[in-house]
Amino acid sequence: MMNRRDLASLLLAGLATVTLIGGPAAAAEPKTLKVSPHASLRVLDPITTNAYITRNHGYLVYDTLFSMDAGFRPQPQMVQSWTVSDDKLTYDFVLRDGLAFHDGAPVTAEDCVASLQRWAKRDLVGRRLAAATAEMKAVDPRTIRIVLKAPFGQMLQALSKPSSFVPFIMPKRIADTPPDQNITEIVGSGPFKFVAGEFQPGVKVVYERNTAYVPRSEAPSAMAGGKVAKVDRIEWISFPDMQASVNALKKGEIDLIENMTADVKATLDGAADVVIQKRSGKSAATIRFNWSQPPFSDVKVRKAVQLAVSQRDYMDAIIGDEDAYQICPSMFICGTPMESNAGVVGTVEADLAKAKAMLAQSSYKGERVVLITPNIVSFSGLAPLTQQVLRSIGINAEIQTMEWSTFLSRRTLEKPVAEGGWNLANAVFTTLDLYSPLANLNFDARGPGAYTGFVNDPKTEALKNTFAAESDPAKQKAIAEEMQTRAYDQVFYIPLGIYNNFAAYRSNVRNFIDSSIPVFWGIEKN
Amino acid sequence: MGYLILKRIAAAVPVVLVVATIVFFLLRLSPGDPAMVLAGDMASPQDVAEIRARLGLDRPLPVQYATWLGEMARGNFGVSILSKQPVLDLIRARLEPTFVLAFCAIVLTVLLAVPLGAIAAWYHNSWIDRVVMAMSVAGFSIPAFVIGYLLILGFSMSLDLFPSQGYVSPFDDPLAAARHLVLPSLTLAVVFMALIARVTRSSVLDVLGEDFVRTARAKGNVERRVLWRHALPNAAIPIITVIGVGVALLISGVVVTESVFNIPGVGLLTIDAILARDYPIVQGLILFFALVFVGVNLLIDIIYVVVDPRIRY
Repeated sequence: MMNRRDLASLLLAGLATVTLIGGPAAAAEPKTLKVSPHASLRVLDPITTNAYITRNHGYLVYDTLFSMDAGFRPQPQMVQSWTVSDDKLTYDFVLRDGLAFHDGAPVTAEDCVASLQRWAKRDLVGRRLAAATAEMKAVDPRTIRIVLKAPFGQMLQALSKPSSFVPFIMPKRIADTPPDQNITEIVGSGPFKFVAGEFQPGVKVVYERNTAYVPRSEAPSAMAGGKVAKVDRIEWISFPDMQASVNALKKGEIDLIENMTADVKATLDGAADVVIQKRSGKSAATIRFNWSQPPFSDVKVRKAVQLAVSQRDYMDAIIGDEDAYQICPSMFICGTPMESNAGVVGTVEADLAKAKAMLAQSSYKGERVVLITPNIVSFSGLAPLTQQVLRSIGINAEIQTMEWSTFLSRRTLEKPVAEGGWNLANAVFTTLDLYSPLANLNFDARGPGAYTGFVNDPKTEALKNTFAAESDPAKQKAIAEEMQTRAYDQVFYIPLGIYNNFAAYRSNVRNFIDSSIPVFWGIEKN
Repeated sequence: MGYLILKRIAAAVPVVLVVATIVFFLLRLSPGDPAMVLAGDMASPQDVAEIRARLGLDRPLPVQYATWLGEMARGNFGVSILSKQPVLDLIRARLEPTFVLAFCAIVLTVLLAVPLGAIAAWYHNSWIDRVVMAMSVAGFSIPAFVIGYLLILGFSMSLDLFPSQGYVSPFDDPLAAARHLVLPSLTLAVVFMALIARVTRSSVLDVLGEDFVRTARAKGNVERRVLWRHALPNAAIPIITVIGVGVALLISGVVVTESVFNIPGVGLLTIDAILARDYPIVQGLILFFALVFVGVNLLIDIIYVVVDPRIRY
């Protein structure tokens, strides 16, 4: 009969067997790229939600008529050629030959028209295009015609819009779904196929190489160029905790961490067989005011805060590593075609004396203001520093922390603080969302019902209309500068600097394309 | 026995209904909006309003409640607001990792904590007793996530004995599954072991003073036999009770353990669904947890009868 000693021996032997015979963790399949994405994918429809993770999923599965290259220039992607009439009112786009969806059906002009129409109901730039459009139709199976009511100088920029919402092309039968209703069938014509049978929301997403995909011949450049799939299979594995994904990368259990901040990068510095790459895509931190409620309905109060802000203080506090951040007063982001220092006031260096003097002239009477913030990592340092800035000039600021879903709901409220509203909030964008004067949400100046903050400035809305119609780059730049000057003068929001993010991958992964949006074509794995 | 089971199942129906109703209204009355999560942080109020209408969230609460009850009565748990997958499928896909993890933790607990508690009682007030009790206090005091990270640091990152994260089904690859389960099972079991070891010690201590133990010794039984054959079985009822109650402890531990070790079980699903205000999933999970509690308590009642024939219902 077994005694205690026998039992203990048996347990130890079992443990040893499991440990030793099992050997090292099973090696990944040679051509399977295991990726830790920046968030869990749950919503599959890139037109229903503007979540970045859904956008990234869209780039794997779908293709676009045009794509933005690394120099922010629109390049043809599904389109082979296009013509514009002399009066600039009629555009004809001819599709490349041999384009096909993952279900085998050919991509037709009708599919493209239905997809663009669905996109145009959700996207800011798309809505402008739709408003300027008299007719959009399929002339033949490969030709799309857009007839405008008035010139729209941003046509190619709109069709190559790189970030949410992206005008992805899907089959007409799917694109006919109302844009506020999630599509459930994921069929695109992109370089990878979505494997529906292996999708576990919040856990794992699997893509397989689309062997029928015909890439363009040009070299890849950001979202443009040849999308050559060089791995057979991509697995996005969600991690509820960043440290767990870092551990997994160090041990070779995954191949790539798509995005990490500078502080997480520090935990990987010097790790064996791990390559860290600074990504060209940056994040931009901001302070947003609620224009609909006092005291920030008073421009003098907003100006006082503007004068008290130092970008360097913010960047030192939330990033620290000088190589990983940049002081950037341009509201259309440094390094982009619309970069400018026009109208810049404060923000780079703080001037507390001026700020206090401005506040003294304002309607602020010492009332409590509420700064709302979500309890997520990318926002963690912003709220305390903003509270400190406000207090330094005599504004009585209180932080209210909440989880993400509550934060999103709360900041849509235009009512007073006493009724559940808010006064200030920090917001973080990827710079790709800010480079275009039409797509930059901080310039949504329609007042009530506009993007959170409810900026109300008809002059800016008129400038955007002028910008949309203009096709001359020099004139576009001049309009953008006028918009920025106006935004600084009226203090639409306060830019707090921009900072790099990083990708990390195992040393056997090669040709990771440096793009603002992580793309997975071109990547090889030995 | 059959009557007992039927009676308990009948009693469970109103319990589950009340729990589900409370959760339904708590979810709706708490801040946060699934339409906002679905639309994303750059959506306009108009976009969000359209999605709310599409999801039926703009209807009065009593109407939503009545609709939901009607669907439940037909066995329709609905679909996830975000992923549009059936709730039952989502929960079913996550059950195996959680059950396997909980099973391993319970087995570890019974194999280690019950003997340790009994030995501590046997050597009452000795250094062995003090060591076991100190370990028990430590087990209670250290949060599960700290234990998890310490185990990862020591046995995975430093010694490279086990994987740091993930789950492999024992039905696919038993050996790989075992390697993936060692650290999370230990993490989950620590608090449970602390509880069971203390209760076992206390219970066995009570029994050791009973007449039948003295009689067993007087009959010439060796001490080992007195402990394992006479004292421990008679101390079993409180231990079994605590194991049943401890399932609650286990479920809260599962949530943390699954996060630390990236195990795709119902714990992670619960956190995700609550944060995203995915009402159908949260409601489905609460019903599931309520049923698990009812089921475990029923099982405990049955085990009482088996262990102690004097008990009758």
